[in-house]
Amino acid sequence: MPDSTTPNYHWPPMNDRRVMGKPHTRLDGIQKASGAAKYNSDVKPSGMLFGVLLTCPHAHARVTSIDTSAAENLPGVTAVRVISPAGKELQWAGAEVAAVAATSEETATKAARLIKVEYEQLPFLVREDDLSQAGNRAKPAGEQVTGDPDKAFQEADAVVEGNYGIPVITHCCLESHGQVIAWNGDKIEYWPSTQNVSGIGGDIARALNVPAANIHVHQDHIGGGFGSKFPSDLWGVEAAQLSKMSGGKPVKIFLDRETELLIAGNRPSAYGKIKIAGKKDGSITAWESYTWNTGGLAGGGLAADLFPYVYRKVPNRRINHTAISTNTGSARAWRAPNHPQASYLTCSAMEDLAAKLNLDPLDVFIKNADLTMRADAYRAQLQKGAEIIGWKKNWHPRGEGGSGPVKRGLGLAVGTWGGAGHASKCLATIHPDGSVEVELGSQDLGTGARTIIAMVAAETLGLPVSAINVKIGDNSYPPSGASGGSTTSGGVSASTRKATVNALEKLYAAVAPGLGTTPDKLQAVDRRIVVQGDTSKSLTWEAACRKLGTNKISETGENNPRTAEREGLTTGGVAGVQMADVSVDTETGLVKMNRLVAVHDCGLIINPKTAESQIFGACIMSICSALFEERIADQQIGRVLNPDMEFYKLAGLMDIGEIIVHLDINAENDHRGVIGLGEPPAIPGDAAIGNAVANAIGVRVPHLPLTADRVLAALASKGGNA
Amino acid sequence: MNSFEYSSPATLNEALALLGSQWTDAAPLAGGTDLISLMKDDVFVPKRVVNIKEVKELAGIHKTAHGLRIGATVTFDEIASNPLVRSEYPSLHEAVLGVASPQIRNMGTAAGDLCQRPRCWYYRSGYGLLAMKDGKSLVPNGENRYHAILGAGPAYFVSASSLGPALVALGASIKIASASGSRTVEAGKFFVTPHDENGREIVLQPNELVTEILIPSASGVKNATYEIRQREAIDWPLAAASVALHMKGSTVSEASIVLGHVAPTPWVAAQAAESLKGQSITEESAAKAGDAAVEGAQPLSQNSYKIQLAKVAVKRALLAAAGKSHAAGA
Repeated sequence: MPDSTTPNYHWPPMNDRRVMGKPHTRLDGIQKASGAAKYNSDVKPSGMLFGVLLTCPHAHARVTSIDTSAAENLPGVTAVRVISPAGKELQWAGAEVAAVAATSEETATKAARLIKVEYEQLPFLVREDDLSQAGNRAKPAGEQVTGDPDKAFQEADAVVEGNYGIPVITHCCLESHGQVIAWNGDKIEYWPSTQNVSGIGGDIARALNVPAANIHVHQDHIGGGFGSKFPSDLWGVEAAQLSKMSGGKPVKIFLDRETELLIAGNRPSAYGKIKIAGKKDGSITAWESYTWNTGGLAGGGLAADLFPYVYRKVPNRRINHTAISTNTGSARAWRAPNHPQASYLTCSAMEDLAAKLNLDPLDVFIKNADLTMRADAYRAQLQKGAEIIGWKKNWHPRGEGGSGPVKRGLGLAVGTWGGAGHASKCLATIHPDGSVEVELGSQDLGTGARTIIAMVAAETLGLPVSAINVKIGDNSYPPSGASGGSTTSGGVSASTRKATVNALEKLYAAVAPGLGTTPDKLQAVDRRIVVQGDTSKSLTWEAACRKLGTNKISETGENNPRTAEREGLTTGGVAGVQMADVSVDTETGLVKMNRLVAVHDCGLIINPKTAESQIFGACIMSICSALFEERIADQQIGRVLNPDMEFYKLAGLMDIGEIIVHLDINAENDHRGVIGLGEPPAIPGDAAIGNAVANAIGVRVPHLPLTADRVLAALASKGGNA
Repeated sequence: MNSFEYSSPATLNEALALLGSQWTDAAPLAGGTDLISLMKDDVFVPKRVVNIKEVKELAGIHKTAHGLRIGATVTFDEIASNPLVRSEYPSLHEAVLGVASPQIRNMGTAAGDLCQRPRCWYYRSGYGLLAMKDGKSLVPNGENRYHAILGAGPAYFVSASSLGPALVALGASIKIASASGSRTVEAGKFFVTPHDENGREIVLQPNELVTEILIPSASGVKNATYEIRQREAIDWPLAAASVALHMKGSTVSEASIVLGHVAPTPWVAAQAAESLKGQSITEESAAKAGDAAVEGAQPLSQNSYKIQLAKVAVKRALLAAAGKSHAAGA
């Protein structure tokens, strides 16, 4: 029970909300669509210099000599830095060797080319899809056994063994990684493209050995991050040093597309040989997985507790994973790290088992729901998805997808995530003129964070959304967590709620005597402060604020992840189900998306419109990775052959089909508070689409992306057309 | 990108005078959709760039006494929106729409399409037209999913031209000018397979410009293009086929079948065309012609699927030309 001095922070009851829960257009939508929004790659402070990185062309090499004199002597060059001196071993193509700043981008590029570097080339491995070729680069993590898998496989009614794989893919942020930075005297002005406005200053401060307080971070908008933009990175540190060497002039380094694709992060691959067993009734009895993957030089992890994914409680399990170290750029968090891969490997094997048992996979996924941590949620979502896509009417056993060359099929898959809010502090200010500001050192990744902050403040203060001035994207505002792991919505909504409730309490205290009542009897509704139960006594919002005289109200509110669940504003733990409907031309092997249905529970939804957009975006990313995306490296030369947007393929509008979103908005979910929605919808799509193709053509296409060559090869392996 | 000299002549003679005897002396700039990326990637570093978009002689698309004349700098969009192209040259119309980006259709030009360089990723990574490293091609043991299945070795790239197969099938000719005069080359002879690193994939010389494309009347000639590409959004075809059929009643009297994106040049499938003579176009005869068209194909380690795609492209192009929909729909 809250004591009398603790204000009531609880979300208003679902049916009483006037702003939250109603679709609201994103506040910066017009700015973005019209080009008025300025991203940090658009920032151009006076006197700005252009920085360029010189990178290593070899997968593995040692620098034997480096000569920068020609670059230094080029007119227009203001600074040259050696990042990798002679003797330095470089472990992937694209590794940073030197950096140059000059008065124009062309001059900087030319200067970088004038730097003479000699390398001793060293042995390398750039591919991991064939485990047998990995040699001593493979590091097994050891086996984990639960129950008696051997006995369970022997006693099973059906056992299916299959190979599955997803290649390394990259983030493809529309705005590449980089920053503009000016190191002038002891102050640093810093415009990075970041998911971590409050924290990135401290990160670069350590690298530059300057007090964190001297670093001022600005960022109004970011052109995509997806998990790859947390640290200040070597190019940030180098740009700062170039600025200092150039007399404090601002220096801009944003990676070119090739370098972006090579070194600014990727999603680790996942390959696996999987055996799964079940009974005639569809219940799963045993699981065995030998998986391997890479995330670059450090290898790659697929934790044993991810398998089998979601259906964790399969009684008998044997789990092995091997990490492969490759000479490729390092992995970074990619929207639901490891979950799409685990979902693909698990749900593909489950679909194959259902096919072997001549059962409908929908029934198998429902039947085994008790093996999950949230059985009721999965059962309900599987049924809801099935209802939307018309599963029982449209599903057919494998290979019965029609008589013509184009076969249609349905597939499904599941996902899970946390999504509780991160640490966040908000400062809410009510000015005597009635204007309202909320300040947070947070960021809007394109998710609509700015909009939901305004909606929460508007709801609390009884004001329209347009009356709230949201200030984010500056590290002089109160600290808010990095936007990763679907933690932002929960964090910023809880802190904003608390700060605005606290500010409103102060306003009530200031106006209560004049209204002849006590603060606890007041209410803020429809731009008025009213006495509950006596509508004759009220003040307009502006009149109430005028009572403040010359004193503004400034109050903070904080979300603390340790106490948040108890307080109930934000919690975590979600389920999700996606179902795909595809057509496959069996003569060409081309896969066409018809529909992708996404059913997700996500707690209290503040803005259904931007929540739905979040899911659209995630589904599109899944369609891209299921059908098109792969980083293609050549082991002969150690290079990635498609570091571009031409042969590194993403879906276009025509490739996406229809996306149908169902948000589980109901009282039960609402009571759980706000839960982030960044990762959950990015998880099941790969597997759902792969399963739909298997259902359509009657045979598993083991490896994503589902391109013509792979689909035709799978059809050929089956013998003739479907 | 390196610095370069830029000139923008107003007449053809001025433009020709600005070209050189070596490729690196000067590069004609029309749409720039390929040239600029070649220059940015340092694959091609010309000393001079000659903008030919202001040259009036190179513009314009119009009907002639013998057919259709397309100026060198006519854009894809101008071709696609030309009524005569739509009615009489559907194979050309479909080939243009296969370039599935309005931006590129607005900028890219007819001559640029013919003269663009291959998309082979080894070539674009600086390993030369034949993708050589240490005296050996990287393609056979490398990433060759998009490479040639016909007429390959020592060149393994595929011709990037979207219009080439349709122009060859329609019997078009390419007019070429230099400061010393002009010549006309059959479209089928414009594209060639280079046999050494210094070779080129077209017959154009550094001092020459393509000035116009002349296509004979296709009145009564059934023609179509069918393209198979991974994405519906802009993407290079995995295989394409253009066909032209002269009919005698319901049977074929003469046929031309040309494959795209499967060989270093548009690939003329003469035997497949011959086999159609006297036949009517049915699912069966079209499929047979598809099979015949890939006769002699030699797939690499990753691209045997392109044989199947080429067959299907031929079959569907023939059915489309004959006004019949194929079983897989549009």
